[in-house]
Amino acid sequence: MEQLINVRHLRKSFGTREVLKDINFSVKKGEVVCIIGSSGSGKSTLLRCINLLEKPTGGEVIYKGENILDDKHDVYEYRKHLGMVFQQFNLFNNHNVLSNCVVGQQKVLKRSKVEAEKVAMKYLQVVGMEQYVNAKPKQLSGGQKQRVAIARALSMEPDVMLFDEPTSALDPEMVGEVLKVMKELAGLGLTMLIVTHEMGFAKEVADRVVFMDQGVIAEEGKPEQIFNNPKEERTREFLKRTLTEG
Amino acid sequence: MSFALIVDILIEYWPMFLRGAGKTLLVAIVGTIIGSIIGLMIGVIRTIPEPEKGIKKHLLKAVNMLIGAYIEVFRGTPMMVQAMVIYYGSAIALGVQMDILDAAFLVISINTGAYMAEIVRGGIISIDKGQYEAAEAIGMNHLQTMVNVVLPQAIRNILPATGNEFIINIKDSSVLSVIGLTELFYQSKSVSGANYKYFEVFLITSVVYLIMTISVTKILRYVERRMDGAENYDILGNQMQVETPRIVGQEQKDK
Repeated sequence: MEQLINVRHLRKSFGTREVLKDINFSVKKGEVVCIIGSSGSGKSTLLRCINLLEKPTGGEVIYKGENILDDKHDVYEYRKHLGMVFQQFNLFNNHNVLSNCVVGQQKVLKRSKVEAEKVAMKYLQVVGMEQYVNAKPKQLSGGQKQRVAIARALSMEPDVMLFDEPTSALDPEMVGEVLKVMKELAGLGLTMLIVTHEMGFAKEVADRVVFMDQGVIAEEGKPEQIFNNPKEERTREFLKRTLTEG
Repeated sequence: MSFALIVDILIEYWPMFLRGAGKTLLVAIVGTIIGSIIGLMIGVIRTIPEPEKGIKKHLLKAVNMLIGAYIEVFRGTPMMVQAMVIYYGSAIALGVQMDILDAAFLVISINTGAYMAEIVRGGIISIDKGQYEAAEAIGMNHLQTMVNVVLPQAIRNILPATGNEFIINIKDSSVLSVIGLTELFYQSKSVSGANYKYFEVFLITSVVYLIMTISVTKILRYVERRMDGAENYDILGNQMQVETPRIVGQEQKDK
């Protein structure tokens, strides 16, 4: 399979604190990769480095054969091809649901209003929010907001979707509706990179699971292998901790 | 003082009060609008993320220094003095004879702009970082992020402070009488100079100022409420209003 994103020797420090130490991994087209690990292990930072919300201190992020950390590379052009879903939803508060999904298409992809609305409606239907087109974000529940945020990212028709703990800020009863949408997306063959604490979801949906610990990738492999037969002691420790809590 | 006297003054001089109030309001409105535009533009420039190297970095630094100087100078000197410098100063030093009204617009706009720049900066800072990140993640550049996401929210947040500026401008435009602007205070002085009834005349003037400022307060409150909208969303109530978006499946059915 074609490699979409290839991360090589990626490093990131905040001041003197090294959060990512020599990360190497890749995402293939159509693959669903879940990144798990305890808080502070660098999962979110890795995701944010991939779409350059954080500027990596060193290493390479190669997208379609080009290192996007080169000075000459256009960050804005690159970001068009990546969809991002945040833990805190971050819907545009001044736009209604439809407009949240339309504004990026119009301003960044230069689509016409009619076309953008058509695309937006398509994806709002995918996430089951088409009845709320005129609602403002403050009128929605957390789960609804996150579904709209997913539709917003999908409307840009990105090559890969990045999810940064999409269910961590949700009330327990709303986690299900968001995970259900994400499962459907995985079924559609979308390339997804998901940072998550939902082990059941990772086990069921992921093609590959990456376990991070203290700024390095400690172990990666098929979900069956990571969850049933972890090679590393710290993976076993982590899984024991999270699975007994859950 | 008697009530009858006030009525007499009003009957005789009401056109002067009215013209003065009109000019006061005109100068205050123009000053607040242009000042707000100046403030917004400065707000956008001052929040540009610093480029790491090259000419752009130095250019941005120079522009920021100029903006800083502008704010300090116009916040740090009285508007009355600014009016004297700009109106009489331009005539003597540069040989430019400005129209009084144009000079008034200029002075009040750049003065308001200096205050609004700081107010806008506060408004922009108050917007959650997540809003910027979401806009950036979608691929918007700084200007697009500002225009489409951040400023509309910041403007809502700074509306009360902008209303303050507007009210201050209604009152402080009176200092522009020093350059001969025939606004409300100037007209009142003319009236009282003619009949020596200072107390009665300026009592009327006070009331006229109050009517203007209270009206502005009320109008702005109304605008704020309109901008905030409802707290809850009613699917049934709103479905009827959906005009633009067509549900994808429906189009085929319609055909």
